[in-house]
Amino acid sequence: MGKTFAEKALGRAAGYDVVANQVVTVEPDWCMSHDNGAPIARTFKKIGVKNVWKPERIVFILDHAVPAPSSDHAVNHKEVREFAAEQGIKHLYDVTSDGGVCHQKMCEEGFALPGLIMVGSDSHTCTYGAYGAFSTGIGRSEMAAAWATGKIWFKVPESMKVVVTGKFKPGVSAKDFILKFIGDVKADGADYMSVEFHGEGIENMSIAERMTLCNMGIEFGAKNAVCKPDQKVLDAIKDNAKCDRWEPLWADEDAVYAAEYHYDLGDIEPGVAKPHKVDNYGPISEVKGTKIHEAFLGSCTNGRIEDLRAAAAILKGKRVAVRTIVIPASWIVYRQAMKEGLLDIFLDSGCVICNPGCGPCMGNHEGILAPGETAISTANRNFKGRMGDKDSFIYLASPMMVAASAIKGEISDPREAL
Amino acid sequence: MSVKGKVWKYGDDVNTDVIFPGKYTYTIKERADMAKVALEDLDMEFNKNAKPGDIIVGGKNWGCGSSREQAVTCIKERGIAVIIAKSFARIYYRNCFNEGLPIIVCPEAVDAISMGDEVEVDFEKGVIIANGKEFKFPPYPEFVQGLIKDGGLIPHVKKSLGLA
Repeated sequence: MGKTFAEKALGRAAGYDVVANQVVTVEPDWCMSHDNGAPIARTFKKIGVKNVWKPERIVFILDHAVPAPSSDHAVNHKEVREFAAEQGIKHLYDVTSDGGVCHQKMCEEGFALPGLIMVGSDSHTCTYGAYGAFSTGIGRSEMAAAWATGKIWFKVPESMKVVVTGKFKPGVSAKDFILKFIGDVKADGADYMSVEFHGEGIENMSIAERMTLCNMGIEFGAKNAVCKPDQKVLDAIKDNAKCDRWEPLWADEDAVYAAEYHYDLGDIEPGVAKPHKVDNYGPISEVKGTKIHEAFLGSCTNGRIEDLRAAAAILKGKRVAVRTIVIPASWIVYRQAMKEGLLDIFLDSGCVICNPGCGPCMGNHEGILAPGETAISTANRNFKGRMGDKDSFIYLASPMMVAASAIKGEISDPREAL
Repeated sequence: MSVKGKVWKYGDDVNTDVIFPGKYTYTIKERADMAKVALEDLDMEFNKNAKPGDIIVGGKNWGCGSSREQAVTCIKERGIAVIIAKSFARIYYRNCFNEGLPIIVCPEAVDAISMGDEVEVDFEKGVIIANGKEFKFPPYPEFVQGLIKDGGLIPHVKKSLGLA
């Protein structure tokens, strides 16, 4: 019987053959924390261990509220810096032009690598599956314990196979597909499972698109989500892999799956997640014309250069009708957008560009909604209160739809704006 | 050990943002203060009136969304005795054991319980008693029993490292 990706990756880390539902204890290749490194450091100190197990395997990336919008946030950042200095943790991405959204940085800096076991104190850690890593989110206590012991337990998950064929039609993107998929399988569709994306539809996608898919894995309950590490990935990591522990792993043809789905990308149309759940899918025909007050282009889901290009192509020569906040996912993305003239396009069309970081995604700053307001956003969650006020409404959509909607001030079909 | 308490019942897919709003993740640091905003964006009645010993009953996928552990801490610090649900989102599930907050997966019991009911849970016998009916639930997986016995992950790690 063949093995799934999760069985191979966790078996490699455990050092012996494993099968689904077995419990293993492994050493993480990387432990990533963002601003919550501070409370984790406090918990770590309560354990009573003097030093972290391997400072070179811990990564801090400040992104949730940068630069600090309040004294509380500033204290938090200060604690992360002090702890990193005290423990000799060199991988610290502070509030500098080396920074950005943690998941974007983990990928573009060469931490996300095939076959590695990566844990992060953030639920969207599953993003690194786009590079073939086994990556998953954990809580604060668990991260503190991992720093102290260098160990974490996992139940080897059962796996879901998603086979994707075909190509997107113009105006349709990876975000439209994953929102439709989540609408079909629902928010608990892959609870506890490892989700593997297979097929030529995935092979044809850029790594950025695969990151959008894997990033949203947690929104349908996945433990991790992963794509095959093909030549595109090997080319991307060739010059900047942060370690040599990686190994391309992929499921066997005869691996056994708990669930299997088939999609043709040619059948996908532009769509949204309606308030207040990510699995509350609606095709464009259902929501077209819904008035909006804010548009947000950015986040770990859709703040990459490919996303900014897609939105800029629609915004070029047009004027936005509502406040439109653009936040590149990192300063590398920001600089590239500047070189390509995309920032000029955004500014000419009336958008506001903020510094790389999570921005308004989880209601910290840079675009909080007022009661009764509606936003269209490229981020990953539309939960009640997510962008700061419980009486506001969030529609999740692709960068193209966000751009088209910003121009009209209402949810709009990007196919009509191309 | 057994507990008896008044039920606060909710539906499917209750997410961590409505249990502990994201805007508080870096402004509320003390555990006791986390309890004050528990379920603020889900149910202000709970937020105002929930008492130690009360029981939360949820549908499927309780605690989906963010990994924020405060969504468990705020409920534990509020003194909630146990959460019974049809299923839990996986990070939340782990966080509960790591925080030492008892949880039970029992879909049949959830369907038989209404808001405001008095429900009893006997952990030794693995039984929920609600409206005169008994619902059995399986024991915790072996690998988490140690965590529960030690009162959560941090005390468990301290003990295993000989620092307790």
